[in-house]
Amino acid sequence: MTVVSDIAVAPRDRLNHARALHWVLAAALGLACLVNLQVGATDVTLSSVLAKLAQGETLSQIERVVLFDIRLPRLAMGILVGAALAVSGAAMQGLFRNPLADPGIVGVGAGAGLGAILAIVLGALLPVWMIDRAGNHLVPFAAFLGGWISTILLYRVSTRHGRTSVATMLLAGIALGALAGALSGILVYIADDRQLRDLTFWGLGSLAGASWAKVLSAAPLILLSIGTAVMLGRGLNGLALGEATAAHIGINVQRMKSVAILAVAGATGAAVAVSGGIGFIGIVVPHLLRLASGPDHRTLLLNSALLGATLLILADVIARVVIAPAELPIGIVTAVLGAPVFLWILLKRRGLVEL
Amino acid sequence: MRHYASKAAFRTGLCAALCSTFLAIAVNAEQSADAPQTQADVLSIGGSVTEIVAALGQEHRLKARDTTSSYPPSVADLPDVGYMRALSPEGVLSIGPSLILTEEGAGPPEALDVIRAANIDLVEVPDALSVAGILRKIEIVGQTLGVPERAAGLMAEVEADLVAALTDAEHPEDGKRRVLFVLSTQGGKINASGTGTAADALIRMAGGVNAVSDYEGYKQITDEAVGLAAPDVILMMDRGGDHGVADDELFAMPAVRLTPAAQTRSIVRMDGLLMLGFGPRTAQAVQMLNDALYAKGT
Repeated sequence: MTVVSDIAVAPRDRLNHARALHWVLAAALGLACLVNLQVGATDVTLSSVLAKLAQGETLSQIERVVLFDIRLPRLAMGILVGAALAVSGAAMQGLFRNPLADPGIVGVGAGAGLGAILAIVLGALLPVWMIDRAGNHLVPFAAFLGGWISTILLYRVSTRHGRTSVATMLLAGIALGALAGALSGILVYIADDRQLRDLTFWGLGSLAGASWAKVLSAAPLILLSIGTAVMLGRGLNGLALGEATAAHIGINVQRMKSVAILAVAGATGAAVAVSGGIGFIGIVVPHLLRLASGPDHRTLLLNSALLGATLLILADVIARVVIAPAELPIGIVTAVLGAPVFLWILLKRRGLVEL
Repeated sequence: MRHYASKAAFRTGLCAALCSTFLAIAVNAEQSADAPQTQADVLSIGGSVTEIVAALGQEHRLKARDTTSSYPPSVADLPDVGYMRALSPEGVLSIGPSLILTEEGAGPPEALDVIRAANIDLVEVPDALSVAGILRKIEIVGQTLGVPERAAGLMAEVEADLVAALTDAEHPEDGKRRVLFVLSTQGGKINASGTGTAADALIRMAGGVNAVSDYEGYKQITDEAVGLAAPDVILMMDRGGDHGVADDELFAMPAVRLTPAAQTRSIVRMDGLLMLGFGPRTAQAVQMLNDALYAKGT
């Protein structure tokens, strides 16, 4: 493969190294999937089920339910959500040219959550034909809209003449998050008891409610957004050199930015809609990968998807095994594991966050 | 020096953590060794349902419980499948129950769907905040467990107790005391019960008046509304955590200070499940609250 090196500090061997990482991470994801299907509160294991299938025995009811109705949809949702969070983190960091941009930290997750809460609490007020048409896509779509609006707002507020100010972005993110949180609070106040039960879960984030219906409702939006984001590698690399330079090397900067914002909002929104707010995947994964294989977005985005999915489904294994038969919300696990890693990265690369 | 100290502390901590893990595993192993001696195959979800199972003399059939099941105290030894509204489907299946008895409102719905798909009998016991509701719960649990005669006996007993307690708690309308049920006082903000809650029902059964009738459910109430509600007595759950605010602290809160309850320092604390469970012990709860409100024995 001959690639025109359009990023100043991307020696060929580093790029090849990052490409090789695709395969390593894909293998790790495969392995994590096996672990995820093997372990759980019941003593049903993937290996025993496969052995039974190989010998032509029929599976027991419990085995079928645990594997096909509990662990598989949960695994599918974990992969989708993990990949979506990590890719949207990486894409947003590229878009803002700023390593601290993470949908969870700068209020996009809160905006998406507000959209989802609006759909749950006020969705019943919509005309019947709309509800029928939307079905269970209503909540993910509302979350996407919420994420989209907050990303655009954030970008408008913090970017002047094509330059994003880190301080403004972080502060604007805090304000946006607070506003979304306050509006959500009002909705929580008018929600009835049954709706409240649906809402409490947004705060912590969990894959426990995974079902095929949820996976199918979120999958189209997430896959489309991830696919789009992964295509943006060259454009984001160009943007890293500054908007003017990017335009000179033939990138339609405005279009690229709108597409990136849509992709971030779609991935974050759909992920938040089905799993609530799961933190730190979007910021820790791209950082680890930049440390390992450099900042080239052509490989970073796909690698983020793979590593994000892997880490989230491993975190899910921890969440459901540690206090079995009960389980921890996965947001707690990712925060406990992710926050120290994030701090460690900050310590290691202090220059990164000079405001 | 400090370096060594912290290292030593770390080592001690690590040892303690490891030891407690092994201990927990050992205890678990011991429990599971005990388990097969009886046919324990029932998972009970919801404090009042578990209480009824025990009151019917069927506690030995329980294999596991949820977090809200705290009475009788002996059920604390059973494995805990988590909070009834946030059940983990695989966690529930790992208990291997052949019957699940659950109070209304267990969830999430996805978890219940999966459990039903696994062909495990799941009986949902409807919740109603009345004497008839309690008797119906006992009847359903008794039928499901195959002990209808015991259930009939318990129903007669519970009904007699409740009728006696309710008769005792009849007070003339103008002499009724106003009660404010405070769910929590987190961060100086009072979360109080409106109408339609178990607390509201119990207050009325015990011959009191709920001081808050402007809204339904448990909500945060403004300080001024507490003053307007003018409760004679404050009712709280008797347990630790943020609910365990000290009397002095409570009565010093600006919202509470001006109420009649603060002037007479009238506060009643009762066990949460006893008070709000609407199970076999509700007659006792009614009696206790009635006695406390109308100052018998103080």
